[in-house]
Amino acid sequence: MFPRPVEQASPAVRIGYQLALPVALIVWLLPLIGVAITSVKPASDLASGNYFGPPSSLAFSNYSDIFQNSLIGQYIFNSFKVTIPTVIGTLTLSCLTGFALGIYRFRGNLWIFFMFVAGNFVPFQILMVPVRNMTVNMGLYNTTLGLVLFHVAFQTGFCTLFMRNFIRMLPRELIEAARVEGVSEVRIFWYVVLPLMRPAIAALSVLIFTFIWNDYFWATVLTTSSSTQPVTAGLYSLNGQWIAQWQLVSAGAIVAALPPVAMFFLMQRHFIAGLTLGAVK
Amino acid sequence: MSVASTGTPRRTWWRENQQRLTPYLFLVPGVLFFMVYVIIPVFQSFWLSGFDWDGLGPKEWVGLGNYTELFDDEAFYTSLKNNVIWLVLYMLAVPAGLGIAIFLNQTVRGIRIYKSLFFFPFVISQVVVGLIFSWFYAPNFGLFYRLIEWATGHGVAILADPNLVTYGIILAGLWPQIAYCMILFLTGLNAVDPEQVEAARLDAAKGWKMLWYVILPQLRPATFMAVVVTVIGALRSFDLVSIMTDGGPFGSSRVLSFYMYEQALSEYGYRMGYGAAIAVILFLIMMVFISGFIWKMVDDERKGL
Repeated sequence: MFPRPVEQASPAVRIGYQLALPVALIVWLLPLIGVAITSVKPASDLASGNYFGPPSSLAFSNYSDIFQNSLIGQYIFNSFKVTIPTVIGTLTLSCLTGFALGIYRFRGNLWIFFMFVAGNFVPFQILMVPVRNMTVNMGLYNTTLGLVLFHVAFQTGFCTLFMRNFIRMLPRELIEAARVEGVSEVRIFWYVVLPLMRPAIAALSVLIFTFIWNDYFWATVLTTSSSTQPVTAGLYSLNGQWIAQWQLVSAGAIVAALPPVAMFFLMQRHFIAGLTLGAVK
Repeated sequence: MSVASTGTPRRTWWRENQQRLTPYLFLVPGVLFFMVYVIIPVFQSFWLSGFDWDGLGPKEWVGLGNYTELFDDEAFYTSLKNNVIWLVLYMLAVPAGLGIAIFLNQTVRGIRIYKSLFFFPFVISQVVVGLIFSWFYAPNFGLFYRLIEWATGHGVAILADPNLVTYGIILAGLWPQIAYCMILFLTGLNAVDPEQVEAARLDAAKGWKMLWYVILPQLRPATFMAVVVTVIGALRSFDLVSIMTDGGPFGSSRVLSFYMYEQALSEYGYRMGYGAAIAVILFLIMMVFISGFIWKMVDDERKGL
């Protein structure tokens, strides 16, 4: 193990390490802690210059305030409306493509695979004008569906890469055995491969959920009104509305961050497995 | 077989060919979507960059006109310069992530929670990160402002200073990016062969020597991934610029991705063709890196097959 485990070190080093951990963490998360504290400060604290001290009272009313007096609830609902269908659509498409590219040998297999991989790295801006026009022409500009369709298409690239590599690691004998038994290819997909793909599906659902929830660029390009904009784009306009009311901005930021954070802590193992695919050989 | 199959000829044909046909059938929806929304638009952007177009009226062919205009565009050079700064400084995320990963690669009690909390900044959206750092830098009451004031005697309003603003935004971007690299290296360190480490220890290797000659070679895949995601992250930087400064003050924090958006959907009339030309430049810069990455991946794949 590297570095040498602290258990083997002298007691002084061990205690030093145990002390260094929380200190380092607080420094690392300092901006976040600051915002979290600000979000429960009453407005009067900020007005009277109490920026860093503890709040004079815990003003959870900031949170109820933003839900009552701003559209943040609507924005969050919009985010769910975009995120959940995207996760379902992407996983459906990429299970199919991943299966096709992972199991079969045919001409063009590697080319199609690298098309998906390369498309993944493309800067969004080169897609922006054509995708926006296409969405406008289809009558889907400023609709949830328009945003979902694009996200599904784009995320299919990354998910195909992931699924294909995952399927490659499955034991091939299983599939050969099923074929010998005369099981049709479609049934092999459904009854043999798909159940084994559960960990990959779990990992990708959390990842895609987070990516789409956090998307800001496409939200601003493809939607404009508060009835469709997800919370990332919504925060931008709310930020303008709450100018200098940092207790509200902070509360809004925290609320917007909560769903992916909850997702992360609930499904941590899958999340990290998905993110670090390829980090070890 | 032949007797039984005459009743259902189609089925038999399907049976005989299904192994050959299934992959194509399975690929159709995914490939179609990806083509329409990703691959074809790339070429369309190249095409559009030859036009003067407001997004509504007729397109007017100007050939390379948009590109020659870029040559004399002060804002374009500012954006390009900022992109280079982003790229260079963003690379700090790789060693910083490795450093934190080494610091956290222990088995003491509660370490798992520490690892998750260190990873935290990556999970929240860049919009939230941008707001958090805007507060952090805010003149007079921002924590960072106060720290600088306490250390030097006078505070600096980072986001209002044309010379510092880009660095301020990059620092905000590094926060989640370091977390990302850290998790890649933690996974990599987990897979380091303990026997090699022990063998090296018997040879009295330790510290930097151990890291350089024994650990880093084994972390190659993690390092590769960290560099790839960091380069892409640096060139995609849009969210933070938009949220923290909207390109300001005086356009000094623009990057290509932001400038492209600004031009294409400008308040003073859409310039889709000009925007597309900026996007093409950004794409070509990215292509230099992408082709390198893909080349390495193809190479690995060939060896694997």
